[in-house]
Amino acid sequence: MKDFWKRFRYNRGAVIGLVILALVIVTAIAAPFLFPQSPWKMVQRPFLPPFTDDALWLGTDALGRDVLSGLAHGAYVSLLVGLVSTIVALAIGVPVGALAGYFVGRTDDILMRFTEFFQTIPSFALAIVLLAIFQPSLTYVIIAIAIVSWPPVARLVRGEVLSLRTREFVEAATLQGLGNTQIILRHVLPNALPSIIVLASLMVAQAILLESSLSFLGLGDPNIMSWGYMIGAARTVIRTAWWLSFLPGMAILLTVLALNLIGEGLNDALNPRLTRKSE
Amino acid sequence: MIRFILGRLVKAVFILLAILVFNFLLIHAAPGDPAAVMAGEAGAADEKFLADLRIRFGLDQPLYIQLWTYLKGAVMLDLGFSYRQQIPVADLIASRLPATLLLTGVAFVLSLVLGVIAGVAASARQGSWGDTIISTLALLFYATPLFWVALMASLVFSVWLGWLPGFGYSTIGAGYTGLAHVLDVAKHLILPATTLGLFFTAIYMRMTRSSMLEVSRLDFVKTARAKGLKRSVIQRRHILRNALLPVITLAGLQAGQIFGGAILTETVFAWPGIGRLMFEAISQRDYAVILGVFYISGAMVLLFNLITDVVYVIVDPRIRLTK
Repeated sequence: MKDFWKRFRYNRGAVIGLVILALVIVTAIAAPFLFPQSPWKMVQRPFLPPFTDDALWLGTDALGRDVLSGLAHGAYVSLLVGLVSTIVALAIGVPVGALAGYFVGRTDDILMRFTEFFQTIPSFALAIVLLAIFQPSLTYVIIAIAIVSWPPVARLVRGEVLSLRTREFVEAATLQGLGNTQIILRHVLPNALPSIIVLASLMVAQAILLESSLSFLGLGDPNIMSWGYMIGAARTVIRTAWWLSFLPGMAILLTVLALNLIGEGLNDALNPRLTRKSE
Repeated sequence: MIRFILGRLVKAVFILLAILVFNFLLIHAAPGDPAAVMAGEAGAADEKFLADLRIRFGLDQPLYIQLWTYLKGAVMLDLGFSYRQQIPVADLIASRLPATLLLTGVAFVLSLVLGVIAGVAASARQGSWGDTIISTLALLFYATPLFWVALMASLVFSVWLGWLPGFGYSTIGAGYTGLAHVLDVAKHLILPATTLGLFFTAIYMRMTRSSMLEVSRLDFVKTARAKGLKRSVIQRRHILRNALLPVITLAGLQAGQIFGGAILTETVFAWPGIGRLMFEAISQRDYAVILGVFYISGAMVLLFNLITDVVYVIVDPRIRLTK
């Protein structure tokens, strides 16, 4: 653990990313306390520019809603969707990849064709189709994002398992008479964990981008204030009030950037051999 | 080599069929009457149209017969009828497809060329200022929401500076012909294509850079250096040629993503392609159009994949020789 932190800290970008992400997390958690009023509530005249009202730092949007409150509540939604959809995607991708890599042969063939199908079809269009047909609620948004983002997990886990299954410690476990499930869960997957963690951190970032794109198109949960929705709503008034689109976009950019930087740092810290090789 | 390509073609056909089956299942999994789903928002269609749909798709028959009817129609490019726009979906898509192919094609080539050049430049002087700047830019582009870049670019270059048109495919009412028309379209294409390409440029750049660095450590490169070959020759003939292979594979895999991005860019720039069509169909709940665009975009992606496969064969002699 000490080594891990030392190597992580060595990557300056990753530390900056961690600081930014910590700020976003604190904002998300504090949002209901700092802005107890609904972010949908009209609080002032519309189009109040930023830094003109002491109580409303970032001004108001086209309907007189507090922009800062919207950003804070949006942080919560972005992180929630990013995290939960990644967990769901892992729950699909890890078993598929592990089974394909461990049992090879026909199981592998079938599962990989299945994965390939989901990887080939345009994923964003698929998410749109899913949300257009089912109602766009928070749950469906998360499910749709998970459905389009699990294939890389399956591929990664399959690759890792393929290279691990012939190693001596797995043979030893087989000789001990352990069952396949136990070998996969106790011996193979833990060794693949570092790579999975790195991928997961990048997936959270991609999920946040995806969620914002969907909300921008009007396919987000209509009851939840999100960054993508704010940009979509401000799009028509961009000539007169550009900051209404600019600010939520910066929020997305910083959060996603932070997660990507952390991902690289995790990669350095968890896969030290790999890093040295590619330097 | 021909067998390799043929194999890919067969696979593509299977994936297309799978998309159709998937569409079919979606229509039936959706809440409510499948006929209403195909017609669009419930209540928007009249009873007669719904009854027609039920008969045409045999909605009173067993599911597998319905599937067969649906597949037969779709293979003949019968993608249903847009009740909202009163026109067959296939015609609607056909009229919008060229604009999307132009946009995604230009963005794809642009991002690949720029990404590879930037990646080679960055890897040639690893750790230098140039490398740092290029790598930082790539990191930024990779984290930027596509639709937001598009919005900001249209704000800066179209609204504030007035350099480029911010929406549409050509100047309305200008009536340009010949070369003037081509130039007009090209001018309209600049902002959508570059903003769509930015994210992918970042991906290809990072991939090229790390791939170049990896190959440059291999033994045959050392041999080439020991032979006293010129640095530029080694870079181009030995390293780049091998480093490009994973980049091409990645580019093929990213084809679907480019189309997804096109939905966003076309929406922002009012580019009259099938992405914008899909956006309009979402707000109108025109499911036949949404599913039709999904199917055609899948076909487009497979086409892009096939092209990258061919390029891969040309670049990698191992495939040419073994199969």
